[in-house]
Formats: sequence, C-alpha cells, structure tokens
Amino acid sequence: MKTSLYTNLQRKIIIITLVVSLAPLVILGATIYHQFAGMCEEKIDEQIRYRSRAQAEAVDLFLKERTAILCAMADTHTFNEMTDEGNLASIFEVMNTRAGAFVDLGVISNSGQHLAYVGPYALKGLNYYQQPWFDDVMSKGVFISNVYMGYRKSPHFIIAVRRQEGLNSWILRATIDPDVFGDIVRSAQVGKTGDAYIVDRKGVYQTCPRFKGDILTQSHLNTRVFGTGTTVIEERNVKGEETLYAGSWLKDNKWLLVISQGVAEEMTGLFATRIAEIVIIACGFLAIILATVLTTQMIIKRLRETDSRMNELNAQLVQSDKLAALGKMAAGVAHEINNPLAVILQKTGWMDDLLDEEEFRESENYQEYKESLGKIEDHVERARKVVHNMLGYARKMEPHLEDVDVNSTLTQTIDLLKNHALNNNIEITTELSDDLPIIASDQSQLQQVFLNLMTNAIDAIGSEGLIEITSREVDSFINVDITDNGPGIPEDKQKKVFDPFFTTKETGKGTGLGLWVSYDIIAKMEGSIRIKSEEGEGTTFTVEIPIVEPEKK
Amino acid sequence: MDDFRALIVDDEEDFLETLVKRLHKRNIDTTGVASGEQALEIMKKKLFDVVILDVKMPGGMDGIEALREMKKIQPLAEVLLLTGHASVETSIEGMKLGAFDYLLKPIKLEELLVKLAQAFEKKDSHDQKIRSARIKELVRFPGRVLQQEKEEKS
Repeated sequence: MKTSLYTNLQRKIIIITLVVSLAPLVILGATIYHQFAGMCEEKIDEQIRYRSRAQAEAVDLFLKERTAILCAMADTHTFNEMTDEGNLASIFEVMNTRAGAFVDLGVISNSGQHLAYVGPYALKGLNYYQQPWFDDVMSKGVFISNVYMGYRKSPHFIIAVRRQEGLNSWILRATIDPDVFGDIVRSAQVGKTGDAYIVDRKGVYQTCPRFKGDILTQSHLNTRVFGTGTTVIEERNVKGEETLYAGSWLKDNKWLLVISQGVAEEMTGLFATRIAEIVIIACGFLAIILATVLTTQMIIKRLRETDSRMNELNAQLVQSDKLAALGKMAAGVAHEINNPLAVILQKTGWMDDLLDEEEFRESENYQEYKESLGKIEDHVERARKVVHNMLGYARKMEPHLEDVDVNSTLTQTIDLLKNHALNNNIEITTELSDDLPIIASDQSQLQQVFLNLMTNAIDAIGSEGLIEITSREVDSFINVDITDNGPGIPEDKQKKVFDPFFTTKETGKGTGLGLWVSYDIIAKMEGSIRIKSEEGEGTTFTVEIPIVEPEKK
Repeated sequence: MDDFRALIVDDEEDFLETLVKRLHKRNIDTTGVASGEQALEIMKKKLFDVVILDVKMPGGMDGIEALREMKKIQPLAEVLLLTGHASVETSIEGMKLGAFDYLLKPIKLEELLVKLAQAFEKKDSHDQKIRSARIKELVRFPGRVLQQEKEEKS
C-alpha cells in the first residue's frame, strides 16, 4: 500500500516535471526550426529570383547590343555598298570582331530577294518574301526571331533590321550563333540540379535545357503563370522532389528566361541545421529525463526516510505516553492496595501475637494456625513486592546524581549474576570501551536496569548460551548492548515488552515489571532502551545513557 | 525502650486499632488517633517521643500539613512518615520538614519496631544534650535559671 503510494507520487512528479520542462523545449525547437526554414526558403527564393532577373538582363543586353550594331551597320552603309559582297564580308568581319556571335550576314531587297550573303550556308538568291518574319521586319523596322529551322535545317534565330534609303528600303539580316547564345544562357546553370534556358510564349525551348528536352521541343512549362517582371513558382514531381522555377520575361516579353533549381540541394544547410537541432534537443531530453528521474528518486528516498523516522518517533511517543499514563494509574492503584495489605498484615500479626498466649499455645491446632498465619504473611509480602515493583523501587526517589563509571557498574552487575549464569552453562563475555567518560547518574538505578536486562537474558536462554555485553560511546550517549543468543522475541511481541505485567516467563516467576521499570528509569535520565530481536537468533537490548558531565568539585 | 510514648495517626481504623494493640502488647505507651486534627489536639496535652504519621489521608488535614503543625507544637518529637503511596514529592517535602524517615505500607511490625527504636534513640540523644546543657547552666547560674522558671510560670 505504502510503496504504491510512493511510486504513484514518484510517477506524478516525473510526469509533471517532464511535461513542464520538455514541452517548452519542443515548442521552442519547432518554432526556431520553422522560422529558420522560412528564412531559408525566402533566401533561396530571393536568390533564384535575383539570378533569373540578372540573367534575363544579360541576355536582353546581348540581344540589344547585336541589334544596335546591326542597325549601325545598316544606317552607315548604302544599299549599293552592302550588295557588294566584298564590302559585306569586311563589314561582317568588323561586326564579329567588335561584337561577335554572328554566324552570317545577308542583305535582302524589299521584294524578299537575298541579294548578298556572307556566311557558311548557300543562302544567296533565296526569296524570303513568304517568310513570316519578312513582314514583321518591313513593318516594325527591327525584328528578332524565335529559334527556327529555316532553310539551313538547323536551329537558329536571326536579327533583322530595315534600312529606309530614300524610296528604296532593304533589310540587313544576321544570324546569331546558337552555341554562343546558348552558352550565355547556360552560364546561369549552377549546382547539380540547377538549370537555365529560354522558352518562347508557347513554352518551346529556345535554348537547350540541361536536363530532359531539346531545343525547339515543347517544355512542360505553362508560360502563362509567369507574370511581368520575375515570377518564382514551386513544383513538386512525383517523387516528391521540389523544384523552384524563376522566370523573367525578355525581348519584349516574347522570351522567358527560366532558372530552375532543386529545393533539396539549396536546403542542405537547413537539413544540417535540423539535424543539429534534433541532436541538441534529444540531448536536452535525455539530460532532463535523467535529471528528473534521479532527483525525483532522491526526493522520494528522502521522503521515505523522513516518513519512517517520523513513524518511529510517533511509535516512541505513543509508547512513552502509554507508559506514563500507566505509571500514574499504577501509583493510584498502589495506594488502594497497600492500605488493605497493611491492615491484613497487622491483623495477622496480631493474631500471631495472641497465639503466643498460653491458652492458645496448648490448642491442638496451634501449629496449623501458626502455619496459616505465616502463609498469609508470605503472600501479603508477595503482593507487596508486586506493588512495590510496579511503583518501581527507584521511583521513590528522584535520580540521585553521583559520579558513575558505567563499565564498573556493568562489571559489578555481572559479578552478581556470574554464579547463576555458570550454573546454567551460560557464558558472559564483555567488550567494554576503555575510554568511557565518568558520568553523573544514579548508580543503583543503572545497576537495577542492567540487572533486569541481564536476568532477562539469562532467563531467555534458559541453559547453555552466550551473553555479550558491550559498551561504547556514541555521540553524547553511552550505549550498552546486552545481547543473548536465546530464542528471540517475535515481532508482534517486541512492542509489548516494555508494557507492565507483560511477561513470557511462567506464572509466578516474573512480574512483568522489570523492563517497564527499567524503561522508566532510563526515560527519567532522558535516555532510552531499544530492543532488536530476530526469532531464532537472539535479542539485543540497547541502553542509551546520556553523558552528563559531573559537576567539578 | 522503656517510657517510650508513641502516637499513631492513620485514618484506616482497622490498621490503627491493631497496631496500637500490638504495640501495647510490646509495652509501648501508644495512643492512636484517626486524623491530623485529633493528633494536634492530643499533642498539645501530652508529650510524645515518636509520631507515626500517615501522609495520605483522604478528607481532613493532609499528612504534610499535620507534620508542619506537629513540629511547631512538639519540635523534639520524631516523626515517621508512613504511606501506601510512593510519592517522591511528598517524601522529599516530609524530610525537609524534619521527618525522621519515610516508610512504605505494608510494613512488618518488626521493621517498624526497628525504626521506632532508631527514632527514639535520636530523640533521646537530643533530650540528653538539652538536659546536660540545662544542668550546666543550672550549675553555673542557678539564680538566672530560677528567675527564668519563675517568669515562665507567671
């Protein structure tokens, strides 16, 4: 019952402490992680957005530069100069030296006829009138095409500008090297999962992506989700891997530069942080749990000890209360019994006196009377002894303080009992501390206590056994142990041994007052008597005598 | 032991009566009374050598109170306290007030006689001392003594 109470209490304390201390830790950890993750994502988002815009601007600049140089060439040369292929070749060379990335250069008349051409393909003489871009150039003046296959059957795109020369208008057209252009775009590909490519409004690849797909094939991107400026979207594939796409429009919103990046790769820092955090929190958990369990166990242990000490004290208190009450009662009873005993004794005495007169002396029953009176007196004496013992012979007087050597008192007492013990084959051994102080106490009372305890020990053994008597100084007490190897006292009876009239001896042999009186004597000295007994092992009585220093004389 | 006068004070009639009879039988001039008041009364009229006084008497005068008064009336009479109650406080108080000894009931007559004899002896030695002092005085200053006695009588 009592044990489960303690375990219950222990469990409650542990649970409450753990909840109270662990919950904030978990909440704190989760919050910090969440915040950190948010910040991390924001940063990644920001980064990819910035890269996308920067790359888009770079590509746009590249196109504008090429367009500008083409415009400059067209504006500074006449139609006649341009159609001269030698001239055109030198212009082409200048352009490639100054700007680069041009594959070829051609001049087209306003009827779509390719009049002059410098470049690796045999495109001279072809008519572009039917080509969709021709009209665009003629109407808008400047045109940058999407990537297409065209006559040369390889993906490329062109920049074309129109020159109005009086009434005549003509077109200067250049093809941009798709490799050079692709390299510029691809320079934004970073990491293991990073990609950078351009798609047109319909989502057709304008440059070759790093993974899946090829130039001029349809990408999976829906370009309509990308608004003006730079838009970042997040996509999750079937494997659950997240990918970020940042798209920036360029070339008058006709092309979309897309930079993509696997989120997982960017998040490695975050994962490391998460692992570190989990480890720290786990360590914290472990430490808290350990500390809680240990301290709780310690507290419960203390509690148990205090409780048992309290119980012991209570038991002692109850015991001494009980004995004090009994003592008072005994004193009252003693008076009531002693008076009638006194009368009986006097009456028998008187009868005895009278019997000695001559007339009775000759009576034939004289002896009978005499004997009977003697018996009555004997039994009055017996009753008187009981009552006197009950009152405690020593209780007549307050402890009378004198210088007492406990060891010599013990030795004297042992001497008194030595013959009695030897007759019963009982050996008495002593182990007395040499340096016990002389104390102020009542020697005859102490002797009575020792006598009672030793007599009890002898009686308990019966015959053949050993009594050990030790004395030692413990704190401010002299402890005397009287140990016998008799049959011991059962636990339920141990509590009763100090009660008056409690005896295990045969009727008439013991009054059951010895221990009671001894207890009282020692209690008056502010000491105590304790019993420790194990059935079958023997019994130890410990007398604690307070050390009171004798007054200096 | 001759000419030995004892007074017994005890409220237990049977005890008192028997004890008086037994002491008479042993040629001790014994008077028995049942209360402290009676004892004081009789002590004013008659001198006693030893008083045996029960300390605890229910009702009437307390034994200790009686002892105190007795010592005023007859300071030389020795008092033996007797009780059925082993009260430490009473015994100490009694001894302080000049009681000769303290006896526990029940007591055998033989023991009582021993104590009585001791008490008487003490009383007697006191008397002796006083007597010899008086004699010395008388021998040295007979006039002064006679004068004193005259004054006391008148």
